[in-house]
Amino acid sequence: MWVRAVWLGLRASAGGRRGFSSKADPQGSRRVTAELIEHLERLALVDFGSQEAVARLEKAIAFADRLRAVDTDGVEPMESVLEDRCLYLRSDNVVEGNCAEELLQNSHRVVEEYFVAPPGNISWPKLDEKEPFSHR
Amino acid sequence: MATPVLRWCCLGRRCVFAGIGGGSRRGRGVPTGSTSSEKRGQSSVAQQPLITAQKPRKGEREWAAVVGLEIHAQIASNSKLFSGSQVDFAAPPNSLVSFFDASLPGTLPVLNRRCVEAAVMTGLALDCHINRRSLFDRKHYFYADLPAGYQITQQRLPIAVNGRLAYSICVGKRRSQMVTRTAGVKQIQLEQDSGKSLHDSLRSQTLIDLNRAGVGLLEVVLEPDMSCGEEAAAAVRELQLILQALGTSQANMAEGQLRVDANISVHHPGEPLGIRTEVKNLNSARFLAKAIDCEIQRQISELENGGKILNETRSFDYKLGCTVPMRDKEGKQDYRFMPEPNLPPLLLYDSRSLPIGTDPQQVIDIDRIRERLPELPRVTREKLVQQYGMLPEHSFALLNEVGLLEFFQNVIKETRAEPKKVTSWVLNTLLGFLKQQNLAVSESPVTPSALAELLDLLDRKAISSSAAKQVFEELWRSKGKTPAQMVAEKKLELMQDAEALEQLCRSTLEAHPQVVTDVKKGNPRAINKLIGLVRRATLGRADPTAIKEVLERQLSS
Repeated sequence: MWVRAVWLGLRASAGGRRGFSSKADPQGSRRVTAELIEHLERLALVDFGSQEAVARLEKAIAFADRLRAVDTDGVEPMESVLEDRCLYLRSDNVVEGNCAEELLQNSHRVVEEYFVAPPGNISWPKLDEKEPFSHR
Repeated sequence: MATPVLRWCCLGRRCVFAGIGGGSRRGRGVPTGSTSSEKRGQSSVAQQPLITAQKPRKGEREWAAVVGLEIHAQIASNSKLFSGSQVDFAAPPNSLVSFFDASLPGTLPVLNRRCVEAAVMTGLALDCHINRRSLFDRKHYFYADLPAGYQITQQRLPIAVNGRLAYSICVGKRRSQMVTRTAGVKQIQLEQDSGKSLHDSLRSQTLIDLNRAGVGLLEVVLEPDMSCGEEAAAAVRELQLILQALGTSQANMAEGQLRVDANISVHHPGEPLGIRTEVKNLNSARFLAKAIDCEIQRQISELENGGKILNETRSFDYKLGCTVPMRDKEGKQDYRFMPEPNLPPLLLYDSRSLPIGTDPQQVIDIDRIRERLPELPRVTREKLVQQYGMLPEHSFALLNEVGLLEFFQNVIKETRAEPKKVTSWVLNTLLGFLKQQNLAVSESPVTPSALAELLDLLDRKAISSSAAKQVFEELWRSKGKTPAQMVAEKKLELMQDAEALEQLCRSTLEAHPQVVTDVKKGNPRAINKLIGLVRRATLGRADPTAIKEVLERQLSS
């Protein structure tokens, strides 16, 4: 779980340079603030839990920051490793679906062929009220 | 509701809103800003004041509103954007859901060719630049009807950009003049629709139906070039007609195939733009203009009372008739856009760049699509005006009702009557009856053939226009008889016997010497009395103009 969190955190800080909307640190700073942790936790529904995890995150960011040493002036960014591949176009035919029973088996609660979810979004508790993250 | 009165006028380029005040809004001092100078001297529409005025305050300046729209149209396709499950409005819950739509692990998106073509067609129809290379991104947010936790959209490089949407609104004192406005199209992008949530507040749960999850959407972003609810509604209506003409979307708002979000702000002309709010849940054509105007009014009131506008998302509450803040939105959303790693860039070609020897199924040629574009509403209307000499307003009215244009053209085909007569009968009489009983054109009891036959009788002067109206009413009420049969039955034919008419006129004149004297004295209304008497004598079967002619001739001799 925290590996994914680190990856997303990398995205957040690297994305800041490419113009993605994120609350990344200003360039050059290695400190990961409590606000940023809280923000990432809410966005990604992960739990950083300990100070150790935050330290690991900072180390990972520092490791990735070494990419900035490369001079990329005038070089087109690569958006995807698939950029030379052809995007396959599918014909507009109906070939799947009709498996409601199978899909509904995955759900903990079901009401008359509907999936059941809690009302609205569960609001993420604030920093001071936080409890250890528990799976629903 | 003690809301202050707000009058606004659509003057020239922009709708201008006046602040609180009673009495006439003219001569209230010159509004600031360069845009105002164009407004002076142009005809204006003073709309009905909303609510009775409060105490007038001093020193108000005018307000201008700025409205931008984000319109989501469901693509008319058999299967979804990235999966092969069916697109259908009404089906048992979760029956049109594939493993990919349910976001089960191990599934991948596969792009639907028809959706790309629909996007290109729409982009061409709106004069957009089609990006030969466009990209897909993930937009992340958590909601139960979004199983993957992200929506695949085109944020960085959409498929079409920089277009124009021309629409028309009625201006002038009697709202009889049509003027054309243009709203810029910022971009068109392909994206996935989410599933449907049914909120059950009683049991504190939400029921999720994923049938709609993954259906292809075209998001059309209109620049903030509109200035009031009416303009926004007209723009949406025109887009609806275009999408329907292209066949890219059925664009039926009632069925959720067309959804509109509005970005609204107000400012004083000449000053910088104000903070904008986003109003969601504008899903009814009827309430679109009203909701936008309500929000504009709310913002003006708020600012005039010294308050501030928050950059928030609001929802239109149909029952309350105003916008309310949306719950569940904590601060500004961070969608953490990232490139969709499972989809390479989408490449489009034209006749010059088309690679040779490739599977035609796998390439999309923009030029070929452009050649096969159906006729756009704008062109259809121009043709009607050219061909039949009708007013632009009439061409709008004909296209505004489903099936009406076809009805009109069928009548034209079968009748010898003048197009102007046909236009008038279709738009006034037929449409009037349909509206009265809330019927669609397809449900009209009067067929195009029947109307054509009726108009032929009228054209040949076999019946008078009042008789024709009678016959139309009869046709409406009872089926099975042709107009000719009805005319014969009710003896509505115009008197063809000139001799008999002369006789009747002469005898009427002889029977009413006093009225004759009145006429000779110069009383203009006396002749009408005589005409009425003759008409009654002919049992309504003589044309009043013919009667008048005969009478006048006989009186002068």
